[in-house]
Amino acid sequence: MQNHFPLWKNLLVLIVFGIGIIYSLPNLYGDDPSVQVSSTQSAKIAQEQANQIKSEIEASGVTVKAFEFNDGRILARFSNTDDQLKVDDLLRDKMGSNYTVALNLAPTTPPWLRALGANAMYLGLDLRGGVHFLLEVDMDAAARQAEDRYNDDLRLALRGANMRYQSVTKNNGFIKITLKSAADKPALLTLLDKDFRTLDITEPEAQDQVWLKVSEKEVREIKKFAVSQNMTTLRNRVNELGVAEPVIQQQGDNRIMVQLPGVQDTTRAKEILGTTATLEYRLVDTEHDVRQAVEGHVPVNSRLYYERNGNPILLDRRVIVTGDQIVDASSGQDEDGRPSVNISLNGVGAAKMAKTTQVSVGKPMAVVFIEYKVDTRMVNGQKVRHKEKVEKVINVATIQGVFSKRFQTTGLDSPQEARNLSLLLRAGALAAPVDIVEERTVGPSLGQDNIDKGMLSFVVGFALVVLFMAVYYKLFGMIANFALAFNVVIVVAILSMLQATLTLPGIAGIILTVGMSVDANVLIFERIKEELRNGNTPQSAIFIGYEKAFATILDSHFTNLVVAVVLFAFGTGSVKGFAVTLIIGILSSMFTAITGTRMVINWVYGNRRVEKLSI
Amino acid sequence: MKTTNINFIGNRNIALIFSGVLMILSIGSLAVRGLQMGIDFTGGTLIEVGYQKAADLTVLRNTLDAEGFGDATVQNFGTAKDVLIRLKLHEGLSSADLSSKVLEAINKTTAEPASVRRVEFVGPQVGDDLAEDGFLALLYSTVGILGYIAWRFEWKFSTGAVIATVHDVVVTLGLFSVLGLEFDLTVLAAVLALIGYSLNDTIVIYDRIRENFRLMRNKTTEEIMNISVNVTLSRTIMTSLTVILVLASLFFLGGEVIHNFSIVLLFGVFFGTYSSIFIASPMALLLGISAEDLMIPVKEGAEIDRTP
Repeated sequence: MQNHFPLWKNLLVLIVFGIGIIYSLPNLYGDDPSVQVSSTQSAKIAQEQANQIKSEIEASGVTVKAFEFNDGRILARFSNTDDQLKVDDLLRDKMGSNYTVALNLAPTTPPWLRALGANAMYLGLDLRGGVHFLLEVDMDAAARQAEDRYNDDLRLALRGANMRYQSVTKNNGFIKITLKSAADKPALLTLLDKDFRTLDITEPEAQDQVWLKVSEKEVREIKKFAVSQNMTTLRNRVNELGVAEPVIQQQGDNRIMVQLPGVQDTTRAKEILGTTATLEYRLVDTEHDVRQAVEGHVPVNSRLYYERNGNPILLDRRVIVTGDQIVDASSGQDEDGRPSVNISLNGVGAAKMAKTTQVSVGKPMAVVFIEYKVDTRMVNGQKVRHKEKVEKVINVATIQGVFSKRFQTTGLDSPQEARNLSLLLRAGALAAPVDIVEERTVGPSLGQDNIDKGMLSFVVGFALVVLFMAVYYKLFGMIANFALAFNVVIVVAILSMLQATLTLPGIAGIILTVGMSVDANVLIFERIKEELRNGNTPQSAIFIGYEKAFATILDSHFTNLVVAVVLFAFGTGSVKGFAVTLIIGILSSMFTAITGTRMVINWVYGNRRVEKLSI
Repeated sequence: MKTTNINFIGNRNIALIFSGVLMILSIGSLAVRGLQMGIDFTGGTLIEVGYQKAADLTVLRNTLDAEGFGDATVQNFGTAKDVLIRLKLHEGLSSADLSSKVLEAINKTTAEPASVRRVEFVGPQVGDDLAEDGFLALLYSTVGILGYIAWRFEWKFSTGAVIATVHDVVVTLGLFSVLGLEFDLTVLAAVLALIGYSLNDTIVIYDRIRENFRLMRNKTTEEIMNISVNVTLSRTIMTSLTVILVLASLFFLGGEVIHNFSIVLLFGVFFGTYSSIFIASPMALLLGISAEDLMIPVKEGAEIDRTP
């Protein structure tokens, strides 16, 4: 029997259609501007606290559209962005640093759809506004830092093993150990074999020397670790910034992509993400003369620093406590109202601090603020990566008594600096400096503009094609139009299921799909017309038309697909979004334009005598 | 539409000369004028700001000049209220906070503070990477297609299709160069999409030529090509028209950001359609395609039987 679909085929098309409608539906519901509050500590927000926040918001005169408290997270929805911003300000002041207050766009998908796992597409930054950063991790610095660490560890180990050495120096990527006596060399090699297996050993001519190099494998590990450590730190910092749905992803070997939807203050975001700020505590060297040090005679166990006002100061080479031993930091004010940072140390740091302060009461101690700043400059037409380690003594104070775990540091310029420093200390240091190599910011007005324009051109383009097809191919054209709508539904449904990010080029891809996906139908219909002209009966013209067109469609669509896949493989960001919609569109258009239209045509013309086709 | 009987292949020399001239002009313009590369590939900073009233570009230019941003280009973007400021990678100034410095500068002289619509900064390394990826994408898609068509059809066809596609890309880029339009990432994506489209068109005609080679044993290659181009002509025009309809809607309503993207595709669809009719088949003919090249009917026949 010609032009009749078995039941399973009809059901398949209808089921796919049904699923497509369900999963594309969430995109028709809009978003509510909302404020999201969550705890940064392990303790979640309690019910009473949530109730209190709710009544506080209501007391401020803002109407809350909905107040949701779920799994220790508060989501307050509002009917406009003014209310949202007002409450955001209010809560930010109220909640303090233990909570994250973030602006969000909460989808209004009804619960029954959410229960089915149907969610709206995620809007890209070009549609919702926000900022995109690409950060490059300075791998050389990571390797150099590791070398420094090994250098220090080696000295410690040699001292621990009572092995007397002349020097441990870094030279051209090698760490060179010169022993006091060549007789100690076998013992040194044993020690290295036991504790420093990650170092490659070279034995030079000079019998009292051993040259060490960090092994290739270890360098790779160090670099890998630097990236993953940086990602963790960046995630912490972003959480501190209060961004609702940040995206932090590794890209390539040494780049990290950070997307912060809704963030407008890019200067602050850049400051927080890019700086490697930390603190160090050192004793002041009071025994030597600073003036001599400035002239170039720095004592062996000391280092020369400068205070904020430019005064030179000599500090002990050994560090008491470094930034990574800080477990918590919060900003505040000291008794005199100066901005300060309250520091809490971990066990190791606390013990070291106690030990030092016990023997040093009455001596001055300095706080060194260290900041790595990296930027790319053009010098004589050459791109030069400029790295700067800014070390400043921000505070020198006499140790009044023994302290260990908790204490306060002052000497910061402004409350803003105190806040930023405490945030950075809390979030942890970056394992290696990062450099912003790409930045894209989209303002919220442009985002909405892009959505509106994208939608308008989609609707108009769709309507034009529908009209054109209906006029030219009559009933068959109408059926093709049904398939076209079906195709759009499926593309949107699949994109939603994948939770793909919709971008402006993505919308353009969908629009382009609309124009191209009727191609399969044009091919089929032209073939049917041709078969009719060749004297075939309407029924067999339909049958042969579909059959002959199929091979052509397969070949022509497949070439298109090859190109789209290449585009996906090499595209970045929004171009990838374009490629994804193109790929899905090509595949689903083959289903809708061939099987979908055939089903309807079979319903209309199948199983009966037909004199004339409306084509 | 009745089946036409236009002697496309017989008059191929006219088309080949026309295309040859177009290609020479395009390559000439690309060599002399080059493409105006966007910051995606060159690196640099781009700032789009909006004002309530029409912006005075001269004032903005003078301000930027006075503040040491003499190399900034300032132009309207879409409407008189929107302004696009472009800066090259800056000597001696950290590129990451260039944008905030520029904004500070222009807000000094204008009565109304500019509202930032978008800021894009691309570092030199990223620009190089994007350019390299873009070039590789073009290369790999060309090689992939060459292979696929050679496998599905025959190498003469595949070479013809690639020549036609290269023609479309070169002429489109040439037009971009002549008109001085900016070439950025989305434009590159459009160029790749255009490759797909142009091939799609070509394949449909090739497919019919292959079919007719097997059906019409007593006709010359030239006749078969002519018949094939003519019977598929209405389809070629119909599909191009629907695509042009959506592209026109994207061009007129899609906004400034997507403008160049739609221009590439509009050019591309036009040339793609032209080249699949006038270039692809004559090229295969010039390469000496004949019926014998495509006589492997046993396997093909089996495949067709299985289709619905």
